Amino acid sequence: MIEIEHLSKVFQDKNGRVVALEDVSTTIRDGDIFGIIGMSGAGKSTLLRCLCLLETPTEGRILLDGKDLSALRGEELRAARRRMGVVFQGYNLLMQKTVAENVAFPLKLDKYDKAAVAARVTELLELVGLADKAQSYPSQLSGGQKQRVALARALASNPGVLLCDEPTSALDPLTTQSVLELLQSINKKLGVTIVIITHELSVVQRICNRMVVIDESHFVEQGDTAAIFENPQSSIARLLLGKKEG
Amino acid sequence: MQAFIEEYGLLLLGGVGETLFMTLVPTLFAYVLGLPMGVLLTITKPGGIAAAPRFNAVFGWLVNILRSLPFMILMIFIIPLTRFIAGTSIGATAACVPLTIAAAPFVARMVEQSLEEIDRGTVEAARCMGATNWQIVTRVLLVESVPSLLRGLSISTITILGYTAITGAVGAGGLGNIAFRFGYQRYQKDLMYVTVVLLILLVCLIQGVFNLIARRADKRSR
Repeated sequence: MIEIEHLSKVFQDKNGRVVALEDVSTTIRDGDIFGIIGMSGAGKSTLLRCLCLLETPTEGRILLDGKDLSALRGEELRAARRRMGVVFQGYNLLMQKTVAENVAFPLKLDKYDKAAVAARVTELLELVGLADKAQSYPSQLSGGQKQRVALARALASNPGVLLCDEPTSALDPLTTQSVLELLQSINKKLGVTIVIITHELSVVQRICNRMVVIDESHFVEQGDTAAIFENPQSSIARLLLGKKEG
Repeated sequence: MQAFIEEYGLLLLGGVGETLFMTLVPTLFAYVLGLPMGVLLTITKPGGIAAAPRFNAVFGWLVNILRSLPFMILMIFIIPLTRFIAGTSIGATAACVPLTIAAAPFVARMVEQSLEEIDRGTVEAARCMGATNWQIVTRVLLVESVPSLLRGLSISTITILGYTAITGAVGAGGLGNIAFRFGYQRYQKDLMYVTVVLLILLVCLIQGVFNLIARRADKRSR
């Protein structure tokens, strides 16, 4: 379970203070496919970066299974990071390494023995349907295939939570469909909690059971996806939905 | 032609050998020093994985100061150090000491530049997977930048080759020394032209070989 409590993030730059998130709270339950939707610049990416501990919250805290993430240091922090898999928007694969080596990377960091790594990599590549590409390099893959490699890599260390940043925004509709199906099956089969950050309403509608709408650094609406789609309360949610219908 | 080769062939061959020795040995040691320096410059930058802006500024200045010393001056300046390390300050082996010292900060900047090319996101991804800073350096930065590092290596090697001509002028041997003694001091222009052609061939050879290796090593272009 992830509890976000009164989280704020303020960036200080030359032009002054930039408030990226202001006093946002929500709870992501185990087994959820949780959608975070908002327009560009709403604060989505900052939220993701806080969740995967790349940014420290200015105020408030994030609890992972009751533990305050921002209080962690050193080895404890690295262990917490391994309990969360992240799929980045630009995939961020190692371009000089094969698909198999990319997937093995988090395991090798953790000093698994060679045979265990090889077995796990095969298993993961089968899960994402890329067993035949093990020895290819990322530059030889399509966008959807890279996305699958990133997914396999994020799942390597058996995380309880999978964070996905715009997992489908660079993909065509057909590939989007197959990636979403894959995420759904991972959620069901492995019981992994999935958090999806996106600006695509259709993604949330298709696979998320719960969601928040983020606008101008605030959570303007949160709850069950079905309920929000049926009866949006906030103007931005109505706008998003209205745009889609129109 | 025949007579020329008979008279100067061995001399020139020895010159090529000495030049190669004075290029490759300092290049090796310059990387032993310069590679960690370049890594340090990169990771201590503001926003780097081990950000230490003050250290970075001071260290950056040190590197700049070393780089701005004209090689000739540096070579004379560190003669005591050269004597201490090589036992003498004359000859090809002794020349390797100032060549290494002069090249190391240059190499550090070349390495820094290669590491800068790596996408920030790739480093962040490794960090998210629980990598330590050491693991990020050894398994991400230095691995992802291999093709660029190799291209930098060819530039560094050729730069050091250029420096060897200067050491040649003060008696350290090599093609530079031959060009200086025979071409400049004895007005033997033919011999000077030959050394110039040999130097051009050496540069082309080094560039060609490294380009080939870099292209082979780069997995992005397959």
